[in-house]
Parts: sequence; C-alpha cells; structure tokens
Amino acid sequence: MNDQLKYYSDRVTKGLMTRREFVGRAAALGVTAAVANSILATAAKAAGPVKGGTLRMGIQGGESTNSLDPALAASTVPTVNLRNFGDCLVNVAPDGSIENRLAESIEASADAKTWNFKIRKGVEFHNGKSLTPDDVMRTMERHSNEDATSGALGIMQGIESMAVDGDNFQVTLSTPNADLPYLLADYHLQIQPDGGFDDPASGIGTGAYMIEVDEPGVRHLFKRNPNYWDDSIGHADEIEVLALNDATARTAALQSGQVHIIDRVEPKIAQLLDRAPNVDVKSVSGPGHYVFIMHCNTAPFDNADLRMALKLAINREELVDKILRGYGTMGNDFPINKAYPLFDDTIPQRTYDAALAAEHYKKSGHDGSPIILQVADGAFPGAVDAAALFQQSAQAAGIPLEIKREPNDGYWSEIWNVQPFCASYWSGRPVQDQMYSTAYLSTADWNDTRFFNDEFDALLNSAKAELDNEKRKEIYSQMAKLLRDEGGLICPMFNDSVEGVASNVGGWIEDPNLTVMNCMAGIKCWLDA
Amino acid sequence: MHPILKLVAQRVALGCLLLFAASVLIFAGTTILPGDVAQQILGQAATPENLANLRAELGLNDPPLTRYFSWLGGVLQGDLGTALTNGRDIAESLGDRLSNTLFLAFWAALISVPLAIFLGLLAVRYKDRWPDKLISGVTLTTISIPEFMIGYILIYWISIRFGWFSSVAIINDSMSLGQKLNAIAIPVMVLTLVVLAHMMRMTRAAILNVMQSAYIETAELKGMPMLKIIRKHAFPNAIAPIVNVVMINLAYLVVGVVVVEVVFAYPGMGQYLVDHVAKRDIPVVQACGLIFAAVYIGLNLVADIVSILANPRLRHPK
Repeated sequence: MNDQLKYYSDRVTKGLMTRREFVGRAAALGVTAAVANSILATAAKAAGPVKGGTLRMGIQGGESTNSLDPALAASTVPTVNLRNFGDCLVNVAPDGSIENRLAESIEASADAKTWNFKIRKGVEFHNGKSLTPDDVMRTMERHSNEDATSGALGIMQGIESMAVDGDNFQVTLSTPNADLPYLLADYHLQIQPDGGFDDPASGIGTGAYMIEVDEPGVRHLFKRNPNYWDDSIGHADEIEVLALNDATARTAALQSGQVHIIDRVEPKIAQLLDRAPNVDVKSVSGPGHYVFIMHCNTAPFDNADLRMALKLAINREELVDKILRGYGTMGNDFPINKAYPLFDDTIPQRTYDAALAAEHYKKSGHDGSPIILQVADGAFPGAVDAAALFQQSAQAAGIPLEIKREPNDGYWSEIWNVQPFCASYWSGRPVQDQMYSTAYLSTADWNDTRFFNDEFDALLNSAKAELDNEKRKEIYSQMAKLLRDEGGLICPMFNDSVEGVASNVGGWIEDPNLTVMNCMAGIKCWLDA
Repeated sequence: MHPILKLVAQRVALGCLLLFAASVLIFAGTTILPGDVAQQILGQAATPENLANLRAELGLNDPPLTRYFSWLGGVLQGDLGTALTNGRDIAESLGDRLSNTLFLAFWAALISVPLAIFLGLLAVRYKDRWPDKLISGVTLTTISIPEFMIGYILIYWISIRFGWFSSVAIINDSMSLGQKLNAIAIPVMVLTLVVLAHMMRMTRAAILNVMQSAYIETAELKGMPMLKIIRKHAFPNAIAPIVNVVMINLAYLVVGVVVVEVVFAYPGMGQYLVDHVAKRDIPVVQACGLIFAAVYIGLNLVADIVSILANPRLRHPK
C-alpha cells in the first residue's frame, strides 16, 4: 500500500481525519471509493483473528511431479502443503526459540545426549486414529533408516537409538547435541500414522487442515480440521494453494485479487507492487544467502591467497544494491548472519578492496590464465548478472575472471558440488550448528566448498556439547573467523524473503525461518471480512 | 479397396511407425540428459546414500533397453504405468491434463478458425484497399509479438485494470462451464491472436492464387458479383492449402502452448510435460510424447483426406 494512504488511514483510525476526507484524499491518489473503504475497514479492524473464508496463496515452486510424501518435499509448494496438513514435534518460532507442538515438553540430560519428548495427548490424525508416541518413533525411523530417501536423512544421522517410554519418545545421540530440537523441527519430519510406512503420500496428518484436492503442480485445496488441538491456529475455512511459478502470473493474481498471498516478489518490481492500493509488500531478512563457492582442494582455489583475492575483489555493496535492489544485507564470507541466535556481530565486515585483492592475487603466483566461474540463474535469481558485476570488479583488481553460463536444467547435479567454482544458494538453517554440520564439517554430505579443517571440526564438536550459550557463542565466533579467512565460501549477500500480501489479510508476522512465514502463512493468517 | 480407404490405411500404418520412432527418440533423448530422476527429485538435498536408495527403489539400475521395452510392453497392453517422481497413475493424470488442453484448444479453434477464414475472404474482397491492409497489419503485429508479452498485456488491461476476466486460468471439475470459460477467456484471446495471422494469410494467398485462373476471369466477364465468385469458384479450389494450414495451427494449439500455460498457470499437457522432462521422469515424457506425435500425425491425416475429397482429380485417380 502507498505510504501516504497508510498515513491517512492511520489518522482516520486515530480520529484525526474523517472518513469522508480520507475517501477524498484517496481519490486524489487514484483510488476508487470502494477500495478506499476496504482500506479503512482493514485499518480499523480489531486485532483479533476472523474465522471463515477461503485463503488463497499463489506460490512459486510447485511441479506436477510433487507428492504429499513429507520425505520428498524439496520446493515451496510441497512445504506449504506439509505445514497445512501436518505437525512436527516442535517448530522454530519466529523469534528463533523452540515452540512445542506435538511434543508437550522436552527434557535433555545434562550431557545433551539423551532427550525426552513428552507426546501431547488427545491429538487425532485426520483418519480418526489417536496420536501415540509409537507414531512419532515410527516416523523418525522412516526418515532415518538406511533405505530412506528422505530429505531429512542427513540430519538424522547423529541418532544412536530411539525408544518409547510411556508417554515419552526418547532419543539417544551418539555425540552430544544441544540443538537436537532444532533438527527435529525440520519440515520433513511431519508425524504420520505409523510413521507413514504403508502410504507415505496419503496426506493424513495431525494438522489444522485436511487435504481435499491434490493436483500436483496446479492446486491444493484444504478444509479446516474441526478436531484440531490448537485453537490459536487455523482461521480460514479453506486454504487453496496454487502453484504459480511465473513471477508475473503471481503478481497479476495478487493484483487482480485472485490470491491473497504470494511469495518471491521480484526485488525489481517490489516497490511498484507496494504502490498498488490493496496490496502490501513484506520483506523479512532471514538466513538465506546467495554465494559463490570455490573448492579448497582444487587448483587454483587450493591457494589461500587466491581465495582471499577473490573474496576481496567482489563488490558486496553493489550486489546488494543491484541484484537484491536493497532487499537484503551484505555477507561476510561465512554463512551466518543476525537471523541466527548466538551470531557475533563484532566480526569486521569485509568490503571491496581492489588494491588489497591485487596484492593477494600477486602473492598467490597465479599464472594469469582465466579463472572460470560457472553460473546459471537457477543457482539464484540474478546469478548471471551478479557474476558479470563480480567479473568487472575483479578486473579492476587485475584478476582475470571468466564467466561460463550453464543451463538451469541439471545445474544441481552437473555443476554445483561438482565443478570447482560456481554460483549457489543456501536457504540457511535454524541454528549455526546445523548450518556448519551440513556444509562445512569435513565429513559433511554437502561440503560444497571442500573445506577440510581439523581445528574447525574440533570447535564444532565442542560447541555441540556446550550448553552454556555464552561459551558457545564464543566458539561459533572463532569458527566464523576461520571460515571467513580460510574457507572457500564467497558470501556477498543474504537475501530477504519478499512477499506480497493483500491488505485484507490479518495475522501476518515476520518470520525469518522460511518464506511465507516459515510456510505457515496459510494456517496462521486470516481474512478480514 | 476404395483408393481413399487404401490411402487412409497406408497413412495410419506410417503413423504407427512414426510413433514408434518418436518413442525411441524421446527415450534416447531423456536418457542422455545429464542427471537422472533420482538426482532430480532429491536436488540439492541429495546425499550419496539416499540417492542410491531412490535409484534402487525406482528400478533405475536396470539397463536402459530393459526399461524401454518393459515400458513399451505396458503401453501396448494399455498400461502407461506410474510416474517415477510421485507414483501417480500416468493415464489418470494425463487424462485430466489432456482434456484441459483440448478444452482450451477447442475454444481457441472455435473462434480463430472461422474468424481467420472470414478475415481472409474479406481481405481478398478488398484486396489492396484499407480493410485488407488493416487486417494484415493487425494480424501480422500480433503474430510478431511473443505470446507471453501478449498475455501480460491482456492480463494487465483486462484482468487488473478492468477486472473482467481472471488472470489465473486454473480450472477444475467443480467449476461450472461459465466459470471455466471466464477462467480461460484471456488465454483463448492470446491463442487466437497468435494463430490468426498464419491462417488468415494462407486463406488470402490461396484464394488470390485461384483468382488468377482463367475460369475466374470468365466468371468476372460474365458479370458475376465478386463475393459470389469467391464463394462459389475460388474458395472450393483453395480448400486444400487452407485445411493444411488450419491443421498445423490446430496441432499447435494442442502441443505448442507451453508458454501460454505458464503465463496463466493453466493445467494442460505442456506444463505437465516440461515438469517431467526437468525431473527426467521418462515414462511420463514418453506418454506425453506419444500423444503429441499422435495429434500431429492424426491432424495431418485429416488434412490429406480433406484435400482429396475437395479435389475431384485426386478423388478419382486414373
């Protein structure tokens, strides 16, 4: 919504301006009386949720190949669907703390190796079956057993054994991990009846909504679950999730009122869209980051000076400005930012320094042959342009960067984690431990920078067992500095999630975890009449 | 055997051969693409273990020839199998998608074919005068603008500014015919604008070609009115080329509308095929490929038969 309109509508709600005056001002701004009245209705509404209606979401990242099987969810539409019909043991709350869901309480042993989750009673699956701790254990088994194809397999590997003890589900870890609840908040780990072994894609969960229509890649319709255990969630009668992969189609659908919420508003049109009278653009900074990755064990990137030269030769400010259009913040060559608890904001920001970059480049003894950077826009939106800007700023430092453009199709299998220098994207993780264990530990499955550093590994393991947050923060800070100076990650920017929301949507909150309110906008928002 | 029946039989046999060749090409094509379905499903989240697990689960460790022939065997028995990516029955999902595609193509054809022929005739009637120039100018302009651009322009004006029709063309079974037509109104307009020029120009050219014949001159000298000459003498002789171009455009309306489907999020065959190509889901790609090939072959067959029926010299071979 236009800032001026917002200002005026605030004045009306505060009694400083009459309704008639407002409609007059709005008309001067090109807004019809009907729309002006609906703006007022929104502004003057009571803060409480409104029940009823069909909340429609236009979401990017839904294919006709999608399934309701929680283990296979890899894009946004399937994740939103999971949030609608399922529940995890715990969630990561918008402020980064842990919120109990199907677990009523959590207890950890002093060494952070044994964890007890007390399972909520009186919760029913959509098929009428009551939730038991056995269902929880079976679910965890399905995602962690050796035949699993689950996207959560990687995070389940530290589990030594699981057991059911009365109302409790008990996990024993092979090495201590103070962040276990954050791992179990992963969206793949929706609790299914009997763990979903017999029919994983049935769409039966304990969630606030029940699936009515499942047309992968097109639309998904959900009806409110009348027996849901938590009254504070699930306001609309129905949620309709439309797969709108085309950015213009999403924007048009929001503007013409066919959907109420869209994700991934393109930064270049965000400000234009915000000016539309019945639409608000929301942006929230989160842990997602756009990066260039170098393999630390492959020539010429096995040379620490060359890596440093490239890190200094990228103009971060310009990238945030031109690629993200300001919807983001500068990165500092480690994958953590203020979205994480225990982030150390005193680490100095690395900035573009052509002279220093040239110095490091010279010291590296590189032969002057072109350094090939492989990119595709599939890596992150604007990756090709970002690479071109990188090339220019590197050239000014005398570094011969050459861009090789790759097709989007097959990028994640052929280029990323295969080629020594390419563009990539990380959506981030709720806690530092998980981010580092996923991609920077020597033994990590996705060590896409080929970063093998014993000191770093030892620090990470000591942080896992450390329950004192001050001490952990200190350890993470050391790790960040190590990675920043030695690692193969060039992290120039953290991108905000930018979303478009109709002004009659209530309950929107900033949630940095995943896009559209941690994919829970459907179950948490409501429609003002 | 009647010569027309014989010709049809020959063409159908040839068509089957072409379908087989197409299926081999599609299979080979998707097989040599980088990455496989397991890799594509798991994407950036793939670890070596779950990749191996998924490959085993999907039977990707069988040699390609075995996979191809087991698929072909299924198809010959009328079983299209299940999608590797989400385990859905292909025939079922494909049936929905195909009927959506045909629904859109039907309405686009119903408007564009008569309109194109009518405009073609009109252009001939007023050859080199302003109606001819106007028709040619407008249709050539719309065919020169990329489809997505026309789509966006129409969405902006018709849907956002005036709020007449929906900008998202997602249709489903619970909608009434009126709601469905409202949903597809803008895509139908786009498709009409895109195919109009081609058919209109061909109609105009074919009739003008006939108009230069001696018998048209005779008719003119006899004082027959222009419209009557076009209708009774020129048009029947120009049918063959017109039918050909109409069929090509009908085929396009069925198999070539991916861009329009993306812009309007229309649940047709095109997007379905593209999603599965991206995921290397070979059984689905094969099934779509076969249907597309069959549409092309079938419509060409129809064009041939109509040409023969319209032309007495071909109807009675010596």
